Amino acid sequence: MPLLECPVRPEIEPTFSSLAGLQLDGALQLLQQSGHALPDRALSDDAWLQAVIDGLCELSSRDPLTGLANRRHFELTLASEVDRVARAGEPALVLMIDIDHFKRVNDAHGHQSGDLVLKAIAVALGECIRPMDTVARFGGEEFAMILPNCPPSYGQAVAERIRSHVNASPIELGGGEQVRVTVSIGGAFAPQWVRSSPLLWVERADQQLYRAKSEGRNRACLEQPMVSHVSAEEKGLLFGTSTFAELE
Amino acid sequence: MKPASAAKASVLAVTSGKGGVGKTFFSANLAAALARRGERVLVLDADLGLANLDVVLNLHPKVTLHDVFTGKATLEEAILPAPGGFSVLLAGSGLVEYSRLTPHVREQLVDIIGRVAPRFDRILLDTGAGISDVVLHAISLADDVLVIATPEPTSMTDAYATIKLLATQQGRRAIRVVVNQVSVAGEGRTIRNQLQLVVDRFVVPHLNGGSGEAVALELQGEIPTDPAVREAVQRRALLLEKLPGSRAALAVVGIAARMAA
Repeated sequence: MPLLECPVRPEIEPTFSSLAGLQLDGALQLLQQSGHALPDRALSDDAWLQAVIDGLCELSSRDPLTGLANRRHFELTLASEVDRVARAGEPALVLMIDIDHFKRVNDAHGHQSGDLVLKAIAVALGECIRPMDTVARFGGEEFAMILPNCPPSYGQAVAERIRSHVNASPIELGGGEQVRVTVSIGGAFAPQWVRSSPLLWVERADQQLYRAKSEGRNRACLEQPMVSHVSAEEKGLLFGTSTFAELE
Repeated sequence: MKPASAAKASVLAVTSGKGGVGKTFFSANLAAALARRGERVLVLDADLGLANLDVVLNLHPKVTLHDVFTGKATLEEAILPAPGGFSVLLAGSGLVEYSRLTPHVREQLVDIIGRVAPRFDRILLDTGAGISDVVLHAISLADDVLVIATPEPTSMTDAYATIKLLATQQGRRAIRVVVNQVSVAGEGRTIRNQLQLVVDRFVVPHLNGGSGEAVALELQGEIPTDPAVREAVQRRALLLEKLPGSRAALAVVGIAARMAA
């Protein structure tokens, strides 16, 4: 599936004076089935319809099993983060997180247990991040995180915290059964003042995930960040008066 | 002049970090100077996001790299003769979609350079301003890289950041330097020395765990501030064609001679 390159914004905003004639049964059914409270009928037609649409938007950005952001939402967030990094120059980190030997859980305990593991990992991941971070189910047993404003000195600690938190949290499967799983994590920074692309960024994090897997799993590997920052010390030496004085 | 059947062209990326330091002006005039020495030179407009080689050369290309990328034209059709006796491959302005490096763009660039390399002695990659994925990728395809800077502090800082990135990310151990718009003879040497000093102190110790590998900044020459440059740019002509006797033109000719030697 290709990554979205930029968020799409609809240009037409229709206004309805009456909702008669709209086929909304399917939409309302979807909202109800997913546990959303239906909008209050006491609202004006426009407000009510807006609430239905908001509910559908929310629904289409969530992973139904884990309740995390889904891949679509992740890609939109990633695209805007790429823009933000290029403009503001803040460091940001993308982590790709994959459950080790997930197939073994399914094989040994069945797919329902597999689902329980996915849900439990989703909760564990949520416990490791700040409100500003995005955690998403990327697909299958793979999760992805966007950590805005995350300097390289901090990134390794975050990735390690996630790995050890999952490692230390046994998952209840019901009937007194427990299972322990581990995750492998790959991460890549969006280099400051560099305009990356969502595709390339995820690809780089994926390469690190592959490295974590091949180095034995249950570990976090982060790409060495690009050194493009010029420190005050470096500038001091660069514009040192001594050499320029010779020209005067 | 190299024999016509000699192996592939050597590829030189011209980059700057900061924009507006005369990168495209330099690439075009260097190409003309090298062509006069008998080299078959191609300038590839690798500034895919915001190309302006066509503006500098006053060309109105009907066929651009974009058409090659999209399969609307062949590579042969897109290689155009430029005033000054060299060839150009123009990106065409408005190729904003290529300002982001997709695997497609990456493969296309590799493919195109591979295909044109046997037909030329030298290929100059005129990269975009700043250090984007596209710029870094274009540079990674080159045998050598030349960083052009001016004595302005912002340009020097960007040149240094670029050099640092190339040394740490691409393993470059030799980087060519040209200083443009110098006001005092010898200023280019001074700036090169200053850059080298900072590289030795802050970059070299971190390469390969402090193995002591050197990074050599090779000064190719300096170009004086010269009103002739502005005049040529305004007339949208090559300095080497319009004002070949100007100090700046002679400086570029000198750089070409040193490079070809």
